[in-house]
Amino acid sequence: MDTLVFAEHLQGSFTDSTYELLALARRLGGNVNAAVIGSDIEDLAGTLGGADTIVVVDDPALAAFNPEGHAAVFAALAAERTPQIVLVPYTSQGMEVAAATASRCGLPLVSFTQEIRADGGLEATCRLYAGKVEADVEIDGDRAVFAVLSGAASADDRRADGAGVVELVASPVDLSGLAVSFAGLAEPEAGDVDITAQDVLVAVGRGIESEDNLEEAQELADALGAALAASRPIIDQGWLPKDRQVGKSGLKVTPKVYLALGISGAPEHIEGMRDAATIIAVNSDPQAPIFGVAHYGWVGDLFDLIPELVDRLE
Amino acid sequence: MNIAVLLRAVPDPVEELELNEDETDLDRDYLGYVLNEFDDHALEEALLLKEEVGGTVTVLGLGTADEVDQMLYTAVAKGADGAERLGSDLGPLDAHSQAGLFVEALRQGGYDLVLSGVQASDELDGQVGMLVAAGLDLPHVSVVVATTPADGALRVTKEYWGGITADYDIRLPAVLGIQAARQAPRYVAVARIRQAQESDSLTEIDVDPPAPSSGLRVTAVRIPEAGEGAAMIEGDEEAAADRIVEILAAAGVG
Repeated sequence: MDTLVFAEHLQGSFTDSTYELLALARRLGGNVNAAVIGSDIEDLAGTLGGADTIVVVDDPALAAFNPEGHAAVFAALAAERTPQIVLVPYTSQGMEVAAATASRCGLPLVSFTQEIRADGGLEATCRLYAGKVEADVEIDGDRAVFAVLSGAASADDRRADGAGVVELVASPVDLSGLAVSFAGLAEPEAGDVDITAQDVLVAVGRGIESEDNLEEAQELADALGAALAASRPIIDQGWLPKDRQVGKSGLKVTPKVYLALGISGAPEHIEGMRDAATIIAVNSDPQAPIFGVAHYGWVGDLFDLIPELVDRLE
Repeated sequence: MNIAVLLRAVPDPVEELELNEDETDLDRDYLGYVLNEFDDHALEEALLLKEEVGGTVTVLGLGTADEVDQMLYTAVAKGADGAERLGSDLGPLDAHSQAGLFVEALRQGGYDLVLSGVQASDELDGQVGMLVAAGLDLPHVSVVVATTPADGALRVTKEYWGGITADYDIRLPAVLGIQAARQAPRYVAVARIRQAQESDSLTEIDVDPPAPSSGLRVTAVRIPEAGEGAAMIEGDEEAAADRIVEILAAAGVG
């Protein structure tokens, strides 16, 4: 069996997702191939642990990630090499690549993948409905593209390995005249609070219901000497600044205590906080997936709980 | 600029979900549907672009009248110029089928830009927006958090993580997957939605129910046991507060 992994990298290093996919590929068995697409990246590619073969497409047009260019190159590599299993991270880069690759190769596409079984027929387990439901999926044929959720395998399993054979190939597609061109990368401006440096975080989600209710959560945070953080819906509403966002498109945090109030726990959020030392979750929905990752949970109304907690802490 | 926005109804994320009897799907009989929250952001970004450069916004909705009409009328009340519902009784569709229907409708429209939410919670077989881009063979950028009009092109901001973003110039026509609009989706008064309902702003387009083409079959679904890993605290809020203070103290906090 052959696996082809999209090796995601940004600003000169591979992302955790890349190592996780390599670990997952190794678990599936067979030959593990990684595609590293960029410019001046042969050295970086040489450091990639865990792959048997590292296919490098090095072209100045691919110096920065290009949603069109990277997708077309990876899709063409997958079409040429006909791996049985194509692994793409379910991330900002992977999302551009997955559909293009499946479509170009005429392969089924499996999204939100958390587990793949390839002994006998090809099967997967996926997380749907913001992580609330696990689905077992049978796949037609013996080849597919998988967009894999973070955490499907441990990155550390593959990080330290020696590198495989590097194979430098010319771009399999014409990269002149791309309709998408890179115009620059921007780092976030530092805000007043660095939520990655806090011992205690009080994090609020959709359950906080309104901007006015943030005051109550802030009061609790103050009583705890904690900072206020939030899940994506709160940030998208503009109720808290972007630098308070925990999760896949926000920040990864590892506080001593993470108190999650009214956060259901979509996979994108859990990715950002699952390594906190102690996670306490409060949600009115007993099915909330946050309880799957929390150390302690209480099912109930956060607005009943907050004043009781503030009382005891003050 | 003529913009199409793809709107999908998804199970309400705050509702408790139940499974059907043979545990192969949700029990859809009493399921509440809402507009996919990312599609709401896509609509907002489309309306902002229209305000800046002129043109039209057309919303395309998929699903039964019950699920979708209210969303389409709300979009018209917010400022969309036209609304189309594809099909009237299609039942749940996989992402490939949804994309296939959207592609057909979009081919008729001659749009400069197609906006879709970055993802929907039920897209087992891929993100509809990116499948539409593949189907129409159009350039795409996903996880977009802002757009700025430029001559014949569009500058878009794509989000990575930790607040890192990348800007791209994209030639039109193109497809974007919107993660968040530049501002929170606008509210609209119920009276204006009622007005939209009374206008003839909604067009029904007959489509044949597509045969499933994703190559995937869901054989079983489960709701993971709540608190698989968590020690669940029993009792009312006072008992919970007592226990949480103990836990905090044990963690050296509070």
